[in-house]
Amino acid sequence: MAILTKEEAKQIIDKVLSYAKADETAVSISGGRTGNIRYARNTVNTSGETNEITLNITSVYGKRSGSASVNELDDESLRRAVVRAEEIAQLAPENPEYMPMLGPQQYIESKTFVESTNKINPDYRAQVAHDSIKPSGEKNLTAAGYLEDFSGFSAMGNSKGMFGYNKSTSVDFSVTVRTADGTGSGYSSRDFNDASLLNSREVTTLAMQKAQASVNAQAIEPGKYTVILEPTAAFDLMRLLTSGMDARSADEGRSFLSKKGGGTRLGEKLFDERVNIYSDPTHPEIPSAPWTNEGFPREKTTWVEKGVVKNMFYSRYWASKQGVTPVGRPGGVIIEGGDQSIADMIKSTERGVLVTRFWYIRAVDPQTLLYTGLTRDGTFYIEDGQIKFPVKNFRFNESPIIMLNNIEALGKLQRVGGNMIPAMKIRDFTFTSLSDAV
Amino acid sequence: MKRRDFIHLSGLGLGAMITPGVLAMGNTVTAEQLTIPGLENAAKKNLADVALNAAKAKGASYTDVRIGRYLQQFLFTREKNVENITNAESFGVGIRVIADGTWGFAATSDVTPDGIKACAETAVAIAKANARLQSEPVVLAPVPGYGEVTWNTPIQKNALAVPVKEKIDLLLSVNNAALDNGAAFVNSNLFMINEQKYFASTDGSYIDQDIHRIWPTFNVTAVNKAEGNFRSRQALSAPMGMGYEYMDGLAKDKLANPAGFNSYKNSYDMVEDAVAAAKHSKEKLTAKSVLPGKYDLVLDPDHLGLTIHESVGHPLELDRVLGYEANYAGTSFATLDKWKAGDFKYGSDKVNIVADKTQPLSLGNTGYDDEGVKCKEWDLIKNGVLVNYQAIRDQAKIINESESHGCCFADNWSSVQFQRMPNVSLKPGTEKLSAADMVKGVEKGVYIIGRGSYSIDQQRYNFQFGGQLFYEIKNGEIVGMLEDVAYQSNTQEFWNSCAQICDKDDYRFFGSFFDGKGQPSQSSAVSHGSSTTRFDGVNVINTGRKI
Repeated sequence: MAILTKEEAKQIIDKVLSYAKADETAVSISGGRTGNIRYARNTVNTSGETNEITLNITSVYGKRSGSASVNELDDESLRRAVVRAEEIAQLAPENPEYMPMLGPQQYIESKTFVESTNKINPDYRAQVAHDSIKPSGEKNLTAAGYLEDFSGFSAMGNSKGMFGYNKSTSVDFSVTVRTADGTGSGYSSRDFNDASLLNSREVTTLAMQKAQASVNAQAIEPGKYTVILEPTAAFDLMRLLTSGMDARSADEGRSFLSKKGGGTRLGEKLFDERVNIYSDPTHPEIPSAPWTNEGFPREKTTWVEKGVVKNMFYSRYWASKQGVTPVGRPGGVIIEGGDQSIADMIKSTERGVLVTRFWYIRAVDPQTLLYTGLTRDGTFYIEDGQIKFPVKNFRFNESPIIMLNNIEALGKLQRVGGNMIPAMKIRDFTFTSLSDAV
Repeated sequence: MKRRDFIHLSGLGLGAMITPGVLAMGNTVTAEQLTIPGLENAAKKNLADVALNAAKAKGASYTDVRIGRYLQQFLFTREKNVENITNAESFGVGIRVIADGTWGFAATSDVTPDGIKACAETAVAIAKANARLQSEPVVLAPVPGYGEVTWNTPIQKNALAVPVKEKIDLLLSVNNAALDNGAAFVNSNLFMINEQKYFASTDGSYIDQDIHRIWPTFNVTAVNKAEGNFRSRQALSAPMGMGYEYMDGLAKDKLANPAGFNSYKNSYDMVEDAVAAAKHSKEKLTAKSVLPGKYDLVLDPDHLGLTIHESVGHPLELDRVLGYEANYAGTSFATLDKWKAGDFKYGSDKVNIVADKTQPLSLGNTGYDDEGVKCKEWDLIKNGVLVNYQAIRDQAKIINESESHGCCFADNWSSVQFQRMPNVSLKPGTEKLSAADMVKGVEKGVYIIGRGSYSIDQQRYNFQFGGQLFYEIKNGEIVGMLEDVAYQSNTQEFWNSCAQICDKDDYRFFGSFFDGKGQPSQSSAVSHGSSTTRFDGVNVINTGRKI
């Protein structure tokens, strides 16, 4: 079984550390089961399950470090891997940015593991696919979807006495439903730690409705529109901002957070005052692993408060160089929303476009965080508070920074890709051309 | 690490610099282990026969087995520092069967007769379980048994056998060259891959292949802190199906381009390119912002390759056309009815695009694909007309082909093989024409070099491409550098605006080292050859913004 208990993991890590001769040694073990099922044209085409466990050793002499990994956990394999990591470390060039390993840390108990997901088996996956394919086929629609589930653990320890252990589960499901003649397409997706919350029939029903409603889309002129972004669409663009708040790049003058004349825009009001972004490893809907990638305990952190940038990511090295406290990257972020439903937002819109999701988003200018991409799988024209008709997909060129200054309303939160994201109503969103793609 | 972390590489803008924390697939090992030979062919044949026999005994009507050893060395540096050195080895067996007319696949890292037998039986069990959901039985286009054959990438110098220190010293000298010429920051990377693949099938083939690929790349940034500006310029190298000889930077492989510096053919001078990049990144800080409008575009092969990849390579993948990628990459505008009509004008008469997995030095160059089909070249677009797709054994019948095109690929022994893009290349023009001559004929245009931002819709109609370097052409002359340039077009409109193609002396490869497709996503490498090409009256937008 690929999931080791805390005690088993600790025992193996301690054993590896007892073999080590380097100045500092860190050991991590992770493993688990990853399963998937993929279907298209209303037929399952691939499904599989992988069980694996990997132990990674990092040995350090002075500022030289080397790593080795193994899949076998018998004493002989572990001994050999330690020797190999130490050999690689001794041959490695010095890393001037090396930071000594951390000592013991206090981690919270995370709620990332849910038994319902751990219990997933091939029958469950087949049922998820069946519950999506069947209703689609009955309406002469074509479903293509993908389910991936994970159940596993991660443990780490080092020669300075640090030890951490965490179990986690996840399930990600997405489906695209198309009309038989290819003139309509709809998409919906959900992700959870707890598989019992996933209902693939419900998710598929949404995608089916969008597919049917998007048939015979009309062309309207590209230009600046008020848009209502469903949480999936909002997340597609907001993650580009929330994942780009690195202090080092900002200090180096090569980030949207760099300040003219030098320094960073930390503490500046960059966004509308309704913008509040934070992360919380204990959030009940998006619990995250208890430690950051550098081994610090994850804590509730405010990134943006009332539109003001309150924190950026500081690696241990960069924090020490700048004389500040390190700030790790969060597991998922929460962008605070409001009470409005999407229906409320539509009702208050004189003229606008409802967007289900965006696609093929690529950076155009890292200086301004300008991105391009297209709408996909459900784009609708709104007039006088009502959805009037489906519209052809648009290409956009827009920056999430500009968007967060053009907020009309924020809606209820929904989990998207491990984050809590509101629907967003944004004015003056820039569509630059039309696409014939369905 | 988890598989999807690796696949992250393929999702990055090709321009984006890959973080050194992103590791390779497989176990990390010493550099020396990457040069130790794997199993003898006789041993691999015995193990393969275990799989073929075990699957047959359980009722499989067809079986193929891939015993794969995948070796990778990735080097990452930044300014004066080595950020990471990753050596990885992944070894195991993937077994694919047809039972009850349905595919089944299983893979194992337990490369012993017992492990392989159990894996083959699992593959059959999965096929039988899925057979209940299968509406139509799988039919394979026939392929001859080739017996015991071998194929090797024709390399001169195994990059994995070159001492790590020598390679690191090169990258650090690249960084120094950039810093000495005014760059504020520079990252440089070297990716090297060796796939040792043994394929056997019940059709009677035992195919041993040794495949090598290399990709040197860098990103150079200039900063004007006073103005709060920064601009970057990436390497103009191409990933290649070559050994370390690609790094020789031979004079015969340098081609002076109309903008006054060197482009590279089949070997690369990384230090020289870094010096140019530092100067370019500074120049970009003050370059003129483009006036939007219609321009004639002169596209360098190191730029055009990506446009070919996105607007021709992907839409002509038959599995996309049929809807198998509908939930992820999307479908295609190039539907079967357009192909059947026989007169669908994909491009102007000048446009001849071929698919192949045989061009020497290309990333796609292999002897046989991952279902034991001998590789070849075939036409996709002839004199502007759509004539074919990319199809594998179980798709050939859909387009009335009697044999597979030989473009089936899996990125690892543990991944199931499926249809992947071969090299897709634009044939050079037949009349003598250099890039400099082409520029002379342009009244109002932009000369674009290098891969930049790229985005295209899920059916491959509407696209927007940027680049690394943009030069304004006025009345037949390059008059200066431009910034904030991107062009937007529609695939069919764009290829029909193709007005002129330089001759074979200008022909070069562009490559994509980490091209993603499928769920779970798999990565493949593919080249696109072309000569400098002119497209008339393309819509150029200005991407500058104030925040």
